[in-house]
Amino acid sequence: MANLQSNFLGIKSPNPFWLASAPPTDKKINVIRAFEAGWGGVVWKTLGSQVKNVSSRYSALNYNGRKAVGFNNIELISDRPLEVNLKEIREVLKLFPDRAMIISLMADNDRKSWHEMVKKSQDTGAHGLELNFGCPHGMVERGMGAAVGQDPDIAKMVVEWVMEVATIPVITKLTPNVHSAVPGGLAAIEGGTNGLSLINTIQSVTGIDLDTLVPNPNVGGQSVFGGYCGPAVKPIALKMLTTLAQEERIRNIPISGIGGITTWKDAVEFMLLGASNVQVCTAAMISGFKIITDLCDGMSNWMDEKGYKSIDDFVGLSVPKITRWEELDINFHIVAKIDQDKCIHCGLCYISCEDTSHQSIDIERGNPYNTYTIKEEECVGCNLCKIVCPVNDCITMVEQRKGDEYLNWIEYEKRGLPLNDH
Amino acid sequence: MPIQNNRLSTEDLALKFADVHPPFEHAEGAAIEADRCINCYDAPCTKSCPTSIDVPLFIKQISSGNIKGSAKTILSSNIMGGGCSKVCPVEKLCEGACVYNLLGEEPISIAKLQRYSAEKAIKGKWELFERKPSNGKKVAVIGAGPAGLACAHALSLQGVEVTVFEKEEKGGGLMTYGVAAYKVTPEFCKEEVDFILSIGGIDVQYKKELGKDITLAELQQKYDAVFLGIGVGIARSLDIPGEELDGVVDAISFIYELRTNDFSKIAVGDNVAVIGMGMTAIDAATQSKRLGAKDVTLIYRRTENEKPCTEVELDLAKLDGCSFIWLASPKEIIGENGKVKKLVCNKMKLGEPDTSGRRAPVDTGETFTMDVDMVIKAAGQIPFEELINKSSVQNKSGKISINNKTETNLKGVFAGGDSVNGGKEVVDAVQAGKDGAKGILQYLGV
Repeated sequence: MANLQSNFLGIKSPNPFWLASAPPTDKKINVIRAFEAGWGGVVWKTLGSQVKNVSSRYSALNYNGRKAVGFNNIELISDRPLEVNLKEIREVLKLFPDRAMIISLMADNDRKSWHEMVKKSQDTGAHGLELNFGCPHGMVERGMGAAVGQDPDIAKMVVEWVMEVATIPVITKLTPNVHSAVPGGLAAIEGGTNGLSLINTIQSVTGIDLDTLVPNPNVGGQSVFGGYCGPAVKPIALKMLTTLAQEERIRNIPISGIGGITTWKDAVEFMLLGASNVQVCTAAMISGFKIITDLCDGMSNWMDEKGYKSIDDFVGLSVPKITRWEELDINFHIVAKIDQDKCIHCGLCYISCEDTSHQSIDIERGNPYNTYTIKEEECVGCNLCKIVCPVNDCITMVEQRKGDEYLNWIEYEKRGLPLNDH
Repeated sequence: MPIQNNRLSTEDLALKFADVHPPFEHAEGAAIEADRCINCYDAPCTKSCPTSIDVPLFIKQISSGNIKGSAKTILSSNIMGGGCSKVCPVEKLCEGACVYNLLGEEPISIAKLQRYSAEKAIKGKWELFERKPSNGKKVAVIGAGPAGLACAHALSLQGVEVTVFEKEEKGGGLMTYGVAAYKVTPEFCKEEVDFILSIGGIDVQYKKELGKDITLAELQQKYDAVFLGIGVGIARSLDIPGEELDGVVDAISFIYELRTNDFSKIAVGDNVAVIGMGMTAIDAATQSKRLGAKDVTLIYRRTENEKPCTEVELDLAKLDGCSFIWLASPKEIIGENGKVKKLVCNKMKLGEPDTSGRRAPVDTGETFTMDVDMVIKAAGQIPFEELINKSSVQNKSGKISINNKTETNLKGVFAGGDSVNGGKEVVDAVQAGKDGAKGILQYLGV
């Protein structure tokens, strides 16, 4: 059995799954339920000057009958009294000493407020702090959250304030509402942060009610940009995570990966791209805390299958596999192959290729079933047919190299090799 | 107990004749099913529909919440798409061709989804079609069945003034008079006919029968073109002794009675023998059982492998508790005091394939006798040969001959549906009506 134990900046948890700072972690009752279900840790919903929330707060993107493939919220930081939060944190720590307890913080934008907030938080016995530099709504208008994360100088300054008094590990949570997360990450490191986490939510409009014409979520006939999350943001999060993991000056800083993690496979992917652990929110909000069972079990079985004894064995293994486009091998060539025994004649490969790609599939009309075959000489190996095919392994991509040697674009151009003539 | 009506209470009858394929109860159900559809290209379901309904499109429209568009997609191809969603043997048409079958998965419930949209349009009286201004052309359509109505609708859409002559009191043809009541109710049939006629420009003259109240020659004179959608209707006789006995009925009349009266008024026997294994035979057998007959036995001269009905229909009869005797052919009906008492059958075996390609039943010389008090003949229907010959319309044993433009040997006289093909599905008749309209519009230069 693989060992799922996680050690993030010295903060230990029985598995690498923490609940991210969000509604599921905003009070004792939820957090106890989460720990009873088996979660490794929580990042307690952001503490700061007490705020007032509005109603409604969430909205979702549904796709092809699947609900909430994307999700957004306009909730602010914790709207509960600071003292109540701190008291409950102490109580939970006592009840579950083996779980990670991180407190998310967003103090008013001055040194004193941050100092006070850090001190009060670490007095609870919590294991770490996470600085919320990412919240994209509401708090931004008050010069907080993403407003801090979007300006590396301010971010660095705030981290410095925190590090002046911090006695426990500090994680800085970065905003994705920037063209690159790297400057903000570097600034936090320069300010002395111990670790990083990303992504926070992405500013978004999930949709509009076509009867009222009010975008979602509707607050008395008006809406605001909400923070987007859920499965739809995973690819963006993975990309941002990779840019940090590839950066020389960040490489040794532990990163907690966040962004649409729903299954153990998603979690493994984040870790393969450099996350030391992961944080989950939307998936739990949609399905409840019980999802932790398969998150752990699935990861453990995968690790056993691949021979990884502990999670550190595979963290970052895919990072070097993402390179610059110029370094890709132009001689590598694949063509699609359709397994006629598996084909169900839906024609989706054909129409996608014919209408929008390279007209590389032959059709032989039949009644009612057509037969589809690949025109190998036309196929550019784009994967589109394989992507749209509803049958597993019916379409496979077969390697047919254009040349034996590795040949990238820089060399290709240097040699003046021919470009397409049609 | 002899043949009698009122065997079951009104409540029991209502239960027995309730919708055999209930509709989606909630929009969510339709949406979930619609989302299962992968929207095939050059879709096998569409190619397997005689009216070529763009199935992936109408399903996508349900999925996207465009129910009006979905109904229009269905009804533009098949104006009886509502009724067809209830009576089509989809297992051998659209659903039978669904690619999910090739994955060993349940096919998309195309009929149920089709019903979802089409029924909303019909019940809601949605105005989906706009008729072109009248062009002064006048066409007579004989028969307000699926072929006639589809033809009339398509003609009227293009501005033709259509007069439909119908011998019955109601439109819909076999949809109204010849389908099992648990598939489609008379109320629905009426709503569907009303929906078709709501386009305007179609005048239906009921209780006007060809050969009795009107003649083809007279219509040819009065109208620019004529469409014959007269169907088939005469039950094939068994040509055996005893066929005249009290208690021997043909399935067409039996079902007609069922469709035009209260169920409680329809008499059935204790022991009913149904001769035949087509869709009509199944309809007659299952409905006899549902009316309260104790034992219903379907008798077929070939084996289960050659049966003309679909597996789904056979299962329906099995679930209703009907029995089956394969390889048996009626030889004689024995009566007592003029009433059916016994049925004597020849035992058959399969011989060489006949012209249909199926192995022909051959008499073994052995017989068996069974006690019955009612015999329902469902050995097929034959065309109105005599009527057709009177009008000098070219035909083959009563089946009207048409060219590739659906025109008969008489100039300006077109035909389609059961009267041409000898009797197929409603959906085939609808397509024949569309084809007829196309031929007529071409002929009229519209």
